[in-house]
Amino acid sequence: MDVNKNSFTFGFTTIMVIIVAALLSIAYIKLKPYQDRNIELEKKQNILNSVGINVERENAEAIYSTYIKRELVLNNKGEEVEGIAFEIDLGKEIKKDANVQLLPLFISEVDGVTRYIIPLRGKGLWGPIWGFIALEDDVNKVYGAVFDHEKETPGLGAEINTPMFQEPFAGKTIFEGEVFTPIKVIKGGPKEGDMHGVDGISGGTITSNGVSDMLSERLSMYLPYFNKMKPAIEVDSVFAEMDSVVTINDSIIN
Amino acid sequence: MSKDSLFSKKRMTLLSDPLNDNNPITVQVLGICSALAITVQLKPAIVMAISVMVVLSVANVLISFMRKLIPSRIRIIVQLVVIATLVILVDQVLKAFVYDVSKELSVFVGLIITNCIIMGRLEAFGMANGPWESFLDGIGNSFGYAWILIVVAFFRELLGSGTLYGYPVLEKIGLYETGYENNGMMILPPMALITVGIIIWIQRMKNEKLIESK
Repeated sequence: MDVNKNSFTFGFTTIMVIIVAALLSIAYIKLKPYQDRNIELEKKQNILNSVGINVERENAEAIYSTYIKRELVLNNKGEEVEGIAFEIDLGKEIKKDANVQLLPLFISEVDGVTRYIIPLRGKGLWGPIWGFIALEDDVNKVYGAVFDHEKETPGLGAEINTPMFQEPFAGKTIFEGEVFTPIKVIKGGPKEGDMHGVDGISGGTITSNGVSDMLSERLSMYLPYFNKMKPAIEVDSVFAEMDSVVTINDSIIN
Repeated sequence: MSKDSLFSKKRMTLLSDPLNDNNPITVQVLGICSALAITVQLKPAIVMAISVMVVLSVANVLISFMRKLIPSRIRIIVQLVVIATLVILVDQVLKAFVYDVSKELSVFVGLIITNCIIMGRLEAFGMANGPWESFLDGIGNSFGYAWILIVVAFFRELLGSGTLYGYPVLEKIGLYETGYENNGMMILPPMALITVGIIIWIQRMKNEKLIESK
């Protein structure tokens, strides 16, 4: 048999392509449920991490419902709309026009404290980066943030998923007075007392900038909702102040 | 060769040669790109070395089985298809069952396809030798690749980040208190090339077979 005949070459490639295609399709279909399960558990784990609850991926499922009390879907006018927040694929949403984007919001309650968790998604150097940022109930102060990536360079951009990068986010604020000033990742580190900056990663500048852009773009979409919430929060705090005044007065009287 | 025992001396040189005399990185200067990219830390370097070992040995055996059937005009394409299929399978299996390892490797799983060592071995060895020899050759070459990767990663992680396999060694022995600082240069790609260069230099000094006659 002459393996270099044209007909043999054609036959060989045809059979090879069919075998390879079948093999890969079967592998994909059979393994997909396991892969999806891993991704779902990891998302739950990340959401929990952003409010300071560290769990193993295997246990994330059970603990998730204990702490995450509400899941909302918003539009960019700050109104609640129909939908399941957990199943929204942000990768697809951010490509849509801002007016039709669905914005998921997770509300956690840990030890009686309510926090708002906003999912993030943006671009790194080689591919998408994403994360979750948890805000205190004044929707200003950051409680915690987690980031992850698909294919940033290990040791450089990939460091965004390490505590060293994530921890400085806690305690920063996203408003300066009334003005929205999202947190920026600053090369060489922020100035002393900068409430809106965290230190970048040497060798990972493009990924760091990606994190800054992602925070600014994603958080700005939620501003209408925050603005709607603010009066309620202020009323609460006024009441709280009045309460304390009343107590003081009481104590004077007594 | 067919009369030799499975572990004859001749066959064992297939395993030992690539470790030193015919090392794929330091002597053949192949696979340099991945040696630069993933040696910032030890962990990805080790996982990469294991993945390359699996892909290279299996691909070498497969190609060796098919060697008499592959039309020579499209042999490179066939080799690439075999490598790419294996890499995708490995990637999918990792994602399904060892998710953390798959995250660790991230972009580099795909890079295995372009690792010139693998195609080089398929073309130079798998196409001309039996399956068992090809398997040994695959294992030998991946070990040759692995030890260079691990040595480079060891120095880059230790000097660049002060850690080893993620463990903060230098912090634990209290070196920073004496005013020592990590060398940021070590985590950038040029230092990988220089480290590989130093290994080649030492190797050529020690190994007489590699010293060119005047």
